Amino acid sequence: MGVIIIFLQKAIAQGIGILYGALGEIITEKSGNLNLGVPGIMYMGGIAGLMGAFYYEQGTANPNGFVGMLISFACAFLAAVLGGLIYSVLTITLRANQNVTGLALTTFGVGFGNFFGGSLSQLAGGVGQISVAATGAAYTKTIPGLSSIPVIGPVLFSYGFLTYLCIALAVVLSFFLSKTRKGLNLRAVGENPGTADAAGIDVTRYKYLATCIGSGISGLGGLYFVMEYSGGTWTNNGFGDRGWLAIALVIFALWKPVNAIWGSILFGGLYILYLYIPGLGRSMQEIFKMLPYLVTIIVLIFTSFRKKREYQAPQGLGLPYFREER
Amino acid sequence: MSKEPLVHISKREEMPFAQAVLVRLAAVLLSLIVCAFVIFILTKLNPVEVYKAIFSGAVGTSRRFWVTIRDSLILLCVAIGLTPAFKMRFWNIGAEGQILMGGCVTAAVMIYAGDSMPTPVLFAAMVAASIVAGMIWGLIPAVFKAIWNTNETLFTLMLNYVAMQIVTFCIVFWENPSGSNTVGIINSKTKIGWLPSLFGMNYGWNVVIVLLLTVGMFIYLKYSKQGYEIAVVGESENTARYVGISVKKVIMRTMAISGAICGLAGFILVSGSSHTISTSTAGGRGFTAIIVAWLSKFNTFTMILVSFFLVFMQKGALQIASQFKLNENASDVITGIILFFILGSEFFINYRLQFRRSGKEA
Repeated sequence: MGVIIIFLQKAIAQGIGILYGALGEIITEKSGNLNLGVPGIMYMGGIAGLMGAFYYEQGTANPNGFVGMLISFACAFLAAVLGGLIYSVLTITLRANQNVTGLALTTFGVGFGNFFGGSLSQLAGGVGQISVAATGAAYTKTIPGLSSIPVIGPVLFSYGFLTYLCIALAVVLSFFLSKTRKGLNLRAVGENPGTADAAGIDVTRYKYLATCIGSGISGLGGLYFVMEYSGGTWTNNGFGDRGWLAIALVIFALWKPVNAIWGSILFGGLYILYLYIPGLGRSMQEIFKMLPYLVTIIVLIFTSFRKKREYQAPQGLGLPYFREER
Repeated sequence: MSKEPLVHISKREEMPFAQAVLVRLAAVLLSLIVCAFVIFILTKLNPVEVYKAIFSGAVGTSRRFWVTIRDSLILLCVAIGLTPAFKMRFWNIGAEGQILMGGCVTAAVMIYAGDSMPTPVLFAAMVAASIVAGMIWGLIPAVFKAIWNTNETLFTLMLNYVAMQIVTFCIVFWENPSGSNTVGIINSKTKIGWLPSLFGMNYGWNVVIVLLLTVGMFIYLKYSKQGYEIAVVGESENTARYVGISVKKVIMRTMAISGAICGLAGFILVSGSSHTISTSTAGGRGFTAIIVAWLSKFNTFTMILVSFFLVFMQKGALQIASQFKLNENASDVITGIILFFILGSEFFINYRLQFRRSGKEA
């Protein structure tokens, strides 16, 4: 029983970073932009948040965790929005190819994260020496009282506020996309920008806003990983390939934010499953680490077998929109 | 709508070649200026010194020059492999995995059959194995795409990570010395299965293989019937079907070729360059090659220039890193900025901008 509780707790902790990335990418893809720059954007968000907190704590004698939290949150979001803005200008205004631009953005973003992360480590006196104690503590603070209830406490109430924000965000996004006029307009833009344009929707504006805000949300995944998951430190490439898993999760969730919650816990669980199966040799562990990717492939194949409309990607996904070419 | 928009954008007819080259050069220049500013703001170093260091790092000594050539050739090889798939509008972003599979089986042949085969047979076996492995890795998503229209972008992307895990799985058995979790240099004493030097050049075979592929792919795409079919399927699947081209067959055949060449790149990497295998053997080349193929507009000769330029910048940035005690990831940042500019410049080649004439507001 104890092992299962720890496993669930760790699976959720792994999943939240991926969930942020996926939620941002869902918004972006709903506008018809396939942003493969998400892995880079998450690095940008993570390092910007850490730098914000680091310079704040260095600059004040008595750093306040809450202020540090606000600063790092804003820095992470803005840096990620900047990444999204580069992508938007290139793909929407300059009509560059989305896949190629996204991959270039990932190269840039991962380099950006590792460059500043490495430099910051050097500044702080070596790898793993970056310390943002006050801010890190603010992010990892759990709900007092509730988290000490047996069983339910560790599984449901033992996380920092970013975790709950993420779940709430998924629910809000789900409501936004299916029940509000702006959300429906956004989906129209992604399905068929020509029709949306004819209906008087400002396609360019929707695409820009969705991509930038989506990137900002994805960037919070990086912040989550740096602050809540690692407690406020940086290792180069420490974030690993979770950004690509976020893109995989979008497909797994069939572009529905609420599905992504369950999906993220499943992905997180699959990601660490090899640690919890007794008697696995080193070689078998490596096979188990394939699981999240294999599961995504299987979902991809199954959704293509069953050609139900609501299981498909937005129809205009990946295509540039140029009014004169309709 | 009371006002005429400030700029009117319209599609251009073909831009003259010289002019298009000028636009791209301007983009590269502009990106270098921006990079210089970024470098200056971050490090307060004189950008001219930094660019001198880039130059010396990439081609400053004969050894550095050859490393730059070697890495450009591998990048070029992968880009050539991706070209037929992209021309067909099949987004093969799984080159990374196809390289790894090719490299992995090459290493397997070197390790298990190195002593038991005469050299020519051994090389034939390594080449054949790498081609088949890459081909299989390319064919899997192609079959699903052809028959059930499964999204290939994400399928090929996921297969990269499956390939990575297969490599780490193999490393467990091949690790040398044991406990190091790396394979080490394979056959470091006997040099069995290492591509020998040719015409006195260490990387002679690499040059020959990749240049043959460059010319071969150019002819295949431009003058063969299959190359024409690829172009038609890429432009419009419906048209292809209408004129009696079997779209399914073309998709599978093209991806088999694409995967095979990427697998061969894995062979060149393992046998002709690094002599070892790890998850970073492909090292992001599969992704960079996508950009190379795209920027070159599927012309394999342009790819020679583009891949050389990108590798040049990467090697140069590594030099700045060590010379000025910067972090080596600066190279990715610089490469990224340059790519953004080149990607953006395509717009000015494909579209014409007309500004609203002042005083003509309605």
